[in-house]
Amino acid sequence: MSSQVGFSGKNVSEVTVESIRRGDVTLDDVRIHPNTLAHQAEVARTNGNSQLAENFLRAAELTGLSDDEVLRYYDALRPGRSSSQELMQIADDLMAIGAIKNAELFRQAADVYARRGLTAK
Amino acid sequence: MTTNEPIGRFRFMNEQRVNLDGFATPAPELGLVAFNGLNDPAPSLLITDGRIVEMDGRSEADFDSIDEFIARHGIDLSVAQEAMEIESADFARRLVDPNHSRKSIVRLASGMTPAKLAEVLSLLSASELVIAMTKMRARRTPSNQAHVTNRSDDPLLLAADAATAAAFGFRELETTVPVAADAPSNAVAVSIGAAVGSPGVLVQCSVEESAELALGMRGLVSYAETVSLYGTEQIFIDGDDTPWSKAFLTSAYASRGIKMRVTSGGGSEALMGGAEKCSMFYLEARCVALARAIGAQGVQNGGIDSAAVAGAVPGGVRSLMAENVMVMLRNLEACTGNDALMSESDVRRTSRTHPIFIGGSDFINSGFGSIQRYDNMFGPSQWNSEDIDDFLAMQRDWGVDGGLRTADEIEVARLRRRATDAVSAVYSWLGLGDFSAEWADQAVDAAGSKDISSGDLMLPLTAARTIMETNVTMLDVIAALAENGFDLEAQRCLDMLKARVAGDYLQTSAIFDEEMNVLSLVTDPNEYSGPGTGYQPTPERQAQIDTIRQQRSVADLLVEQQGFENKNIVVAGPAEVSYDPRDVVIGVSPATGKDIWVTLSGLSVADAIKEVLAGLEEEGCVGRIVRVNDSLDLGMIGLTAARLSGSGVSVGLQAKGTALIHRRDLAPLANLELYSVAPTITRELYRMMGINAGRHAKGATPEPVRNPYSDEAIEARYHTKVVSLVAIERNCVTDAAPEVLELKSL
Repeated sequence: MSSQVGFSGKNVSEVTVESIRRGDVTLDDVRIHPNTLAHQAEVARTNGNSQLAENFLRAAELTGLSDDEVLRYYDALRPGRSSSQELMQIADDLMAIGAIKNAELFRQAADVYARRGLTAK
Repeated sequence: MTTNEPIGRFRFMNEQRVNLDGFATPAPELGLVAFNGLNDPAPSLLITDGRIVEMDGRSEADFDSIDEFIARHGIDLSVAQEAMEIESADFARRLVDPNHSRKSIVRLASGMTPAKLAEVLSLLSASELVIAMTKMRARRTPSNQAHVTNRSDDPLLLAADAATAAAFGFRELETTVPVAADAPSNAVAVSIGAAVGSPGVLVQCSVEESAELALGMRGLVSYAETVSLYGTEQIFIDGDDTPWSKAFLTSAYASRGIKMRVTSGGGSEALMGGAEKCSMFYLEARCVALARAIGAQGVQNGGIDSAAVAGAVPGGVRSLMAENVMVMLRNLEACTGNDALMSESDVRRTSRTHPIFIGGSDFINSGFGSIQRYDNMFGPSQWNSEDIDDFLAMQRDWGVDGGLRTADEIEVARLRRRATDAVSAVYSWLGLGDFSAEWADQAVDAAGSKDISSGDLMLPLTAARTIMETNVTMLDVIAALAENGFDLEAQRCLDMLKARVAGDYLQTSAIFDEEMNVLSLVTDPNEYSGPGTGYQPTPERQAQIDTIRQQRSVADLLVEQQGFENKNIVVAGPAEVSYDPRDVVIGVSPATGKDIWVTLSGLSVADAIKEVLAGLEEEGCVGRIVRVNDSLDLGMIGLTAARLSGSGVSVGLQAKGTALIHRRDLAPLANLELYSVAPTITRELYRMMGINAGRHAKGATPEPVRNPYSDEAIEARYHTKVVSLVAIERNCVTDAAPEVLELKSL
């Protein structure tokens, strides 16, 4: 059974058209909770896709970031945007908030980008 | 013959539409080859201490960023050894063998390298690909996706067309923009229209990657698809991404509970001049492996924008389908192309789609143009609103579920009105713009944007800017819907937001049915294992497939005929034998003057008789109308009439229009002249038949009459009507003796 609790901690059953109309609802109430993503990761693994599971676990780590932060980190990974050091710095920042899997992704990128000439010129 | 003009047969062939298509001589050095490229590697995998150190002939020091990502994330090492040792031909056979389950195949495929799966799938013939698709797709229930766009980003038309697409059964709607900055407005309009049409329809707005994600974060769209992957590093970088940025993007979508799939497709690298001497199929195998590696739940492929490139080389269309099956082998959602129009020829484009339509996929089209070709801002699709009835007829012909259903005209009119009303109300409430009543009326009625003359072309841009500047989210749209009495639509939009909290639609191949149940690999797994297994439409769904709006029953035709009832055809009394040599009897069938009033050509039965009478009169003969009640066989009608005729010559006429000239000394099935193709018999021909019958009666020479020629599918048009009209005739058959009929208006 999937979770009914939104990112804000509010149960989604409390979110109604009426409560939206009253202005009592924020987007965080209808955002996915990291625990739900962890659960979906288990479901994905059970259904033979460990990569999808890993993706959900990375996603769970990103739920705590603001939209702008997510967009900024995405941009940092695009080709030619960041130096290896900058990527390593983001990896450290991610580690600091417990985003271990994403930090690992950035560390790997720092390494591969340097080797393949994908870092900022 | 002094010119270099080809002979007529070839001039004629050259003019056919298929010859507008480009056909390429394979050029392996340019990547213009479907399979077996110059640089395609032999499959290989070397694992040392739990780490891949060589893959597909390349050692890890030489891995490009795509190899690297696949090697580090995409290959399940626990099965890799076992999987790579299986003979490719053996594994290929398992794909079509019901004794090997889908589960066992995807387990092994997860340990195979790109080159290995490319080798396996290149062994499947076209028909084997169909079986493999039937068996290997993730979701049991097939579905379909529509494009909903127009040339002016008209929000009213977008909403009306989105509601229409939902009514026709599409479960995902993809919009995009001719003007990039209009995107937020399109997302809002299509989301509202979709909610008007049906619960649970997923919506996306295809724009630049960051912009698309931002729309998703605001709740304005419910899935994403335009996350492009490429098979060579250079082209990947040209696309302004790396495997790492795409992996992060994939997680970013999931972190907001938004479904996403990636897009790739054979031929794109060749089209962009960066195929590195590899075949289209091998490069696509890399894309699909990467899609799995980055954790995407699904892939849109099968050429997509470069489908015509694949279509230009030998075996290219087969390779497009093999790409789709490869996605299924990787245990991912397959959104199977049939998207960008790949041929000017209706035959070729149907041929390209048909095996996939038969096999069934998660989405048959990764964009059926639900709007007209000219309004499709992705470019014309392989299938467009011009073809919806064709597609529905194909579903019915084969008993295949292609995801669509017939929509009722009155219901669609109602939905279009409600969609434009809802968008008008929301835009006005949120200060995004005001629409005139005339604009709304035109949008409801429009078959395309060319039918709308009163739109304000600046409104979408202003609305989009306001959405961004005032930070409008789906919560605001829901509130605006509710404030204006669109409670149903508000609830449906909210249900889509709530689905993000549960996250079940993040799983592979997820769609919502109309009760908001998630159908996915998890909840609706495809377990095909031979005939009688796998997806079977419910009786309700089968009825939707079977019932198209054009079908007619005998009862329908009877009602149609009654609309033309002619009270001037009356019975005058019993028919006697005549001894007047000028007498020519027009024998008519049992339903004449009772239930059938119009012939298949559209001419009334009375008019057909009048023409025959007039033709007889021209020859100095006198026609007498006699209804033969005991047979509907035209030969017997004609012979019965001839035996009553003073001249011994008759005209036999079935009420549906088929006619002949008969003589009393002939066998029933013989005749003097036969006019067999009733739908093509004109007034003039009935007149000529009267003239010739008169000449036969007088022993003069008749004019030779040729049945008119037609290259139309006459039988397709009329045979079902013929069956019904014959049934009506049969119901009118009685033992009654022949009766004289009169046309009172004469």
